[in-house]
Amino acid sequence: MKMLVTLITAGLALSGTALAQDIAVINGRVITNTAQGQIETGGVLVRDGVIVEVGANITVPDGATTIDANGGWITPGIFAPFTQLGLIEVALESSTNDAGASESDFSVALDVVDSFNPNGTYLATNRMEGITRFAVFPSTGHNLFAGQGALGNTSGNADSLFETQSFVYADLSQSGASTAGGSRSAAWAFLEAAFGDARAYPGRYSSGSGDALNRYDAAALVDVVRGRTPLILQVDRASDIRRAIRLAEDNAPLQIIIYGGAEAWIVGEDLAEAGIPVLMDPMRNLPSSFDALGSTLEAAARLNDAGVSVAYTTQTADGYFNPRLLPQHAGNAVTNGVPWADAFRAITLTPAEVFGVDDQLGALAPGYIADVVVWDGDPLEVMSAPTHVIIDGEDTDLTSRQTRLRDRYADIEDTTPFGYRH
Amino acid sequence: MSLDWKSWVAGLAASALVACSGGDGSDEAADNDTGNGEAEVVRYDLDPYPSTYQPLPSETTFITGATIFDGVGGEIENGDILVVDGRIAAIGQGLEAPEGAVIVDAAGRYITPGVIDIHSHLGDYPSPGVDAHSDGNELTQPNTAEVWAEHSVWPQDPGFARALAGGVTTLHVLPGSGNLFGGRGITLRNVPSRTVQGMKFPEAPYTLKMACGENPSRVYGNRGTSPATDMGNMAGYRAAWIRASDYRDSWNDYWEDPENNSAPTRDLELDTLMGVLEGQILVQMHCYRADQMAQVIDMSREFGYQVTTFHHAVEAYKIPDLLQEADICAAVWADWGGFKMEAYDTIRENLPLVHANGGCAMIHSDDALGIQRLNQEVAKALADGRRMGLDISDAEAVAWFTSNPARGLGILDETGSLEVGKRADIVIWSAHPFSTYAQADNVYIDGALLFDRENGLQPVSDFDLGQIGEGDD
Repeated sequence: MKMLVTLITAGLALSGTALAQDIAVINGRVITNTAQGQIETGGVLVRDGVIVEVGANITVPDGATTIDANGGWITPGIFAPFTQLGLIEVALESSTNDAGASESDFSVALDVVDSFNPNGTYLATNRMEGITRFAVFPSTGHNLFAGQGALGNTSGNADSLFETQSFVYADLSQSGASTAGGSRSAAWAFLEAAFGDARAYPGRYSSGSGDALNRYDAAALVDVVRGRTPLILQVDRASDIRRAIRLAEDNAPLQIIIYGGAEAWIVGEDLAEAGIPVLMDPMRNLPSSFDALGSTLEAAARLNDAGVSVAYTTQTADGYFNPRLLPQHAGNAVTNGVPWADAFRAITLTPAEVFGVDDQLGALAPGYIADVVVWDGDPLEVMSAPTHVIIDGEDTDLTSRQTRLRDRYADIEDTTPFGYRH
Repeated sequence: MSLDWKSWVAGLAASALVACSGGDGSDEAADNDTGNGEAEVVRYDLDPYPSTYQPLPSETTFITGATIFDGVGGEIENGDILVVDGRIAAIGQGLEAPEGAVIVDAAGRYITPGVIDIHSHLGDYPSPGVDAHSDGNELTQPNTAEVWAEHSVWPQDPGFARALAGGVTTLHVLPGSGNLFGGRGITLRNVPSRTVQGMKFPEAPYTLKMACGENPSRVYGNRGTSPATDMGNMAGYRAAWIRASDYRDSWNDYWEDPENNSAPTRDLELDTLMGVLEGQILVQMHCYRADQMAQVIDMSREFGYQVTTFHHAVEAYKIPDLLQEADICAAVWADWGGFKMEAYDTIRENLPLVHANGGCAMIHSDDALGIQRLNQEVAKALADGRRMGLDISDAEAVAWFTSNPARGLGILDETGSLEVGKRADIVIWSAHPFSTYAQADNVYIDGALLFDRENGLQPVSDFDLGQIGEGDD
């Protein structure tokens, strides 16, 4: 994977300069995701984009910008582990949808970094609801490999992708089987052949072609087969998940992550033992396909009890418009048996762990990147909302195209023509 | 506008020329000689697939000590409800339980009317989503007013039981939105049944699903047939209303003077459109954009019919005054958008803004998952409305998933609120229904306890039986 900006280094580089800025967030219930646990009333001190102090009585330096949480909640930013933010503006308009490339000859080599648009309007609408970090996934096209994903923040800044080539995504569910020619056997044969191509890269390509992949796609898969970049497999059926576990065992040090996982709870102990994380939606409870007959609201709690590393998604909503509903999905996990702290961790620190950035993101602790959200209540309650969203130490704008539309039409009786209200 | 389905039957009978249908299926009888020299007047059955719904057995039930939202703006602290013979017999504070009543202690809990979803495809697009079950959109021509959603409903859709666990007691199943005229919708009680007839809400009016905008023009435009544009959509509706008006006139001429007029040839498509023109079938119209809704309002005036509810209506907030003037409700999501161009101007405050401007607004799901937590969807919309300064009480907002959809379906005199005499469709919630952590504990339909979380009482569909997911919610 390529870390584009080492954020802590960038922050330190600025310290001690005229740009030094302190933000003190005070007077709230602090959720740290560390051994400090919940601090009933406390705050967080941010300096130059980095958290420097967390506690019941933080030191507020002279000249610091103070944000009063007014008894609300102070938490790490929400990390959405499966999104297509920045790839889609209007899903059905192909001219605005860069998630998939079914007409392309390439697959693994497709890199979302070239499609991602930080000016997409849903960066702001998601930021406003407390989403600060996300993983961006391509969609599958002509074969079961969708391509390479990245990690971003919701600032909307030009450099908001802070890591690229973070993972490769492939569909091994029934839809992947269909893409591969019509059966699971075909899908796994293709996957195994692709692995062979990547292992034999570049030698095999100097004298001929690959069994499954072209030269560029094989090159892009090399870091996966060598265990440097995780492979995220979309699978739902328990038998497919067992097959994925076997793939990981047979190809050590391959790292795999399960996405979907409708029936993952059935093989929870195996997943825990293999150390394979699951990205799943706790609100998914319908037997939507014959792959997902075991879907249940109990799944999140069962996986949690089995000791599986679980990060929550908004799979049943969507990935480009409504990752912002992630706190609601986590709240429903709580309603269905997951302890609050575990459910909240599943949308903050756990996804950071899954993507290997938990040393910088997902917690409120000294040295962490300052992604801090202030809420007017319990963040997992549907009626709560952020009052401040701090990303990389910047207190961000909480307006969007949607709030502008709202404000334009808020007073229907105002005599100013609608087109001049702006 | 009369919303009573029975009145059409009665109205026709009152013409003294149409014998009340015996419902024997012997419709479309051509004029024939009865043998005694008098021509028999052609008639047809308006209810050939009648409801066979029977409430499940219920007991006299006294629910006590709850915070009650009555669904029509009232909130009763420490309130009691008495259910007798499946109907609400009393509601208020300090009521006495009659001898022998089942007592349900709801202290610390909350009660609302049963949740009503005005926009569902359960049964028509059931789980699992296999090809054989894709029964919601008759995409063979742009006007399929002749199809009836009830004829596609698979009663074993596991989604019904999941919706019941979310407090849903009544739902309206619609055809999809790929056609200008999608067909008739049907209002169902959310009860397990072998047949759809066993779920049909007795005497609920039929509805007609129509659709604006991108869906029909995309489906047919891609085939190189009309409609391919918004103007093609409008032309398609208008041409159909002209034919329907002629059809209605032909029947009325015939019924008024059968000796000098012949009966029109029966036409299923035009039967439904005529029902709309007669004010007996309620139009439920899928429209997103404000300007398109305004066009449809003009069209309804051109042909003399009423649109009951605009569904999705993501831009209803731009025209609350037009909707109010036309007496049209808006059934909306809390926060869906972005999936197509006509959904681009979605805002989270749509529902509360329409409400606060005096309009009739409600939540809807259009989704087998969303239907399970319409209370949460309302909570989000309410919170967003308050955050922009709108003053809306919890009790008012409860109407968004209870009495307002009942109004939109023409069944408000039977359900949708907790008022004496109405069907005892009741949800006891574990916590305030606007909390993420609230669950439906008990769900009653016509006073019968159909779901009881604590005691594990829940229906299991035939499909779920013996599968991995059996019994899980």
